[in-house]
Amino acid sequence: MTGTLSFIRNIEQKTWWKRRPKILRNLSAKIAALPMIAVALVGFVGCSVWSIVYSFTSSKSLPKENFVGFKQYDRLFDSSRWQVSVENVAIYGVCSLVFSLTIGFLLAVALDQKIRFENTFRTIFLYPFALSFIVTGLVWQWLLNADFGIAQVIRDIGFTNFELSILSSREYAIYAIIIAGLWQGTGFVMALMLAGLRGIDQDIWKASRVDGIPAWRTYIFIVIPMMKPVFITTLVIIASGIVKVFDLVVALTAGGPGGSSELPAKYVYDFMFGRANLGQALAASTIMLTTVLIILIPWAYLEFSQKKEESNG
Amino acid sequence: MADTTAMAMQGPSGPKPKRAISARNIVLYGFLIVAALYWLLPLYVMIVTSLKGLPEVRMGNIFSPPMELTFEPWVKAWDSACTGLYCEGLKVGFWNSVQILIPSTIISIVIASVNGYALSFWRFKGSEIFFTILLFGAFIPYQVMLYPLVIILRELHLFSSLSGVVLIHTIFGMPILTLLFRNYFAGVPDELFKAARVDGAGFWRIFFQIMLPMSLPIFVVAIILQVTGIWNDFLFGIIYAGTTNFPMTVQLNNIVNSTQGVKEYNVNMAATLLTGALPLIVYFVSGKLFVRGIAAGAVKG
Amino acid sequence: MSSVTISDLSLSFGPVKVLKDLNLEVNEGEFVVLLGPSGCGKSTLLNCIAGLLDVSAGQIFIDGKNVTWDEPKDRGIGMVFQSYALYPQMSVEKNLSFGLRVAGLPKHEVHERVSRAAEILQIQSLLKRKPAALSGGQRQRVAIGRALVRDVNVFLFDEPLSNLDAKLRTDLRVELKRLHQRLGNTMIYVTHDQIEALTLADRIAIMKDGLIQQLDTPHGVYNNPTNRFVAGFIGSPGMNFLNGTLENGLENGSNNEKDQWNFATPDLRIPLNGYAFKQAPVAGQPVEIGIRPENIVLGEAVASAAVQLTVDTEIVEPMGADTVLWTNIAGNNLTIRTDSESDVKPGDKLSVGINPSRASLFAQNGDRL
Repeated sequence: MTGTLSFIRNIEQKTWWKRRPKILRNLSAKIAALPMIAVALVGFVGCSVWSIVYSFTSSKSLPKENFVGFKQYDRLFDSSRWQVSVENVAIYGVCSLVFSLTIGFLLAVALDQKIRFENTFRTIFLYPFALSFIVTGLVWQWLLNADFGIAQVIRDIGFTNFELSILSSREYAIYAIIIAGLWQGTGFVMALMLAGLRGIDQDIWKASRVDGIPAWRTYIFIVIPMMKPVFITTLVIIASGIVKVFDLVVALTAGGPGGSSELPAKYVYDFMFGRANLGQALAASTIMLTTVLIILIPWAYLEFSQKKEESNG
Repeated sequence: MADTTAMAMQGPSGPKPKRAISARNIVLYGFLIVAALYWLLPLYVMIVTSLKGLPEVRMGNIFSPPMELTFEPWVKAWDSACTGLYCEGLKVGFWNSVQILIPSTIISIVIASVNGYALSFWRFKGSEIFFTILLFGAFIPYQVMLYPLVIILRELHLFSSLSGVVLIHTIFGMPILTLLFRNYFAGVPDELFKAARVDGAGFWRIFFQIMLPMSLPIFVVAIILQVTGIWNDFLFGIIYAGTTNFPMTVQLNNIVNSTQGVKEYNVNMAATLLTGALPLIVYFVSGKLFVRGIAAGAVKG
Repeated sequence: MSSVTISDLSLSFGPVKVLKDLNLEVNEGEFVVLLGPSGCGKSTLLNCIAGLLDVSAGQIFIDGKNVTWDEPKDRGIGMVFQSYALYPQMSVEKNLSFGLRVAGLPKHEVHERVSRAAEILQIQSLLKRKPAALSGGQRQRVAIGRALVRDVNVFLFDEPLSNLDAKLRTDLRVELKRLHQRLGNTMIYVTHDQIEALTLADRIAIMKDGLIQQLDTPHGVYNNPTNRFVAGFIGSPGMNFLNGTLENGLENGSNNEKDQWNFATPDLRIPLNGYAFKQAPVAGQPVEIGIRPENIVLGEAVASAAVQLTVDTEIVEPMGADTVLWTNIAGNNLTIRTDSESDVKPGDKLSVGINPSRASLFAQNGDRL
């Protein structure tokens, strides 16, 4: 009886609702969503637009509205430090992507072979991901220390002339960052890949065994193509992470030696807070944003159109 | 039947014999063990270095276990290591980090859980658009938003304060957490929500009495995600907290990378371990939930 | 000649015994269905035959060859899966030919086999499409095609129709039967759907707890269930069961023949005229009698039935082709299937007739008496 009554009351409420002005409908939900709306509009859109606008000014330590067109961008692209940063982020990006995807996938495949101690291995490969980039950077700084690190161990073994000056080498310092970055991030790729592998229908494996297809061929011709969405998602996540890399350089090389391991994120930070050249920093950050959008928009478009297709089919 | 018995006499029977040491297993476990060593090595080196005296660190091999066990470096790292100007160790940073961590985690999760709930069950015109913007926000390089946020915090008189950092963490934690909760609530059967509506329950009543009690696991995942994420932050701490409020990661970097004096590698490693301890403990204790958290945040929108 | 022979097969996952010393012989060209509730081990058994699971003990022979340790591809089998398991990135043609090409068959032979399978299954027009562009029924046909091209004598089906809707399932069922008639291969088919089992099988193996309970023709399984489980599992609506004891007619005085036995409850007595006992009955033995709903007659036929009873009608369910009556007799539920023309209403007292020769009696341990 009470059920029926409340049902009727509910219907009444609904008709009453319809007469309410549009904005008041779903009011609690809208109030609850206010922080999200504020963050999305003010935080993300507003701040980005502000930065883009002020990247066309000659602001120094404080923002000023003296617009100078593309002058900051001209200066940016002329700056050898920026060129080095871009070059470094390209090397870092390509190496991280290639190695973390390959090694991460191989580790996931190895863990997917019904092995003993699977949990132990997975825990070992993933733990660095729980650590701060600062911690990662400092550990590898110590391991790669030219005087007392791994280099000394190798000298002790008998290779007395061994030199490992990767951290003090202008050419190779960026590779130290890559090694540390891979140590931290590959486990994460492995976890995503493992989830992807576990998501493959077990009947596919059975079918390929009945068909007599060797495991490696099944991986290459059947499983990897099936995991395309996982690969793409992983790729986008790693790529957007690469653009952001900042802490790791600060801790491991501080951009050195001689600015040879600078990265764009650090370039922005230095010009913004260290060198009081806001316009320049904002121009650099706008370029970073553009790069991310170039990666992101096609991906979002693909994801979105695929989902639409699925729901239609 | 006789036919069968005759056949049963001959040929293989029972499980196929497997050799424990096959070429496949050697390659497989060899690969895994080599990889495991590479991943464990840094942790091992951190630990042994932090337990050695400085002379031993300078003389010996970084892999060798300490000949003389000492906890001196740990005490020093915590209590009196120098960050250039001050020599108060990591403890100041630790307490700053705790003061940032607790409110940031709570506020960001409360907001995100309500958001995720609203986005799953109470969609209104435009709610999906805001959510898409929010998600894009997760990928935007922070560098683009750093300076405008300085201005906003300054206007709110929160710049260079712990509250300011808390606000920043709440903002930047929102996309991933909202996604997490939205996906979780999307898995709750719609009928349950409709039944509650028919019974006359409203927005908050449904949230508190029906959704909250059944979403404990996702709250744990969110807490794990936020605790490790916020504790490990460096960028926001160094920009928005102000010199006296630096979190542990910033102080750690200042201690290790300070250019003055003799490099005390053992103290540095103790300090590094101290800073990494909390997320590591969270990781080892939470196990599969941690994996679930990062996977839920990452795979599929 | 037997095509597939399973002898003393056991399989354990750790401490759990999934299959227990199981024996099964499938004749050449026979269609055998493994039927049972989920968790009975039917799919496990099929996977063992296919070689996808390593057995713990026992042997498997296919076409007279001991294949216990052989890889699936070397066993001379083709397999069709519930989820179709088509390779999603490959066209139908590639799906069909992938295994053959990996095995290194010459191109013209691959082509021949694929076009033959496509012709048999009427999927020639789909060869260039990808699985995602096919309907469920088409996908399952391609999956069958992948087994066909292997040119083997034994086909294994793992619940192939379970993912299809009811209409398609019926269509494909008929098509499978046609296919079997045309090819004459041995087929072993796993399902939990008894209609599929009854319609398709030459023989049905009903499984429970890792054991085959009964292996018989559909008719035999339905009409002469070997134990209480089989009797209850097969048939919808299910068989009626009444608990009671056995009485000897002579001792009891109700009949005067020595071989006359009765089924009795405190309120009910059913003379078992014409029931063919498999085991010697014992007076006073607790038993369960099972009567199929369609073996209870109404109307004029009651007079000629061996036993007449009166029941109270509770619910009338018209099912279209027939009508099911839910009735009560002396506190026991009794389901009756009658033709759709009957005008019985809830509350009616009905006179019904039973022929004990078509009933089943089960001892306390569940075995047929």
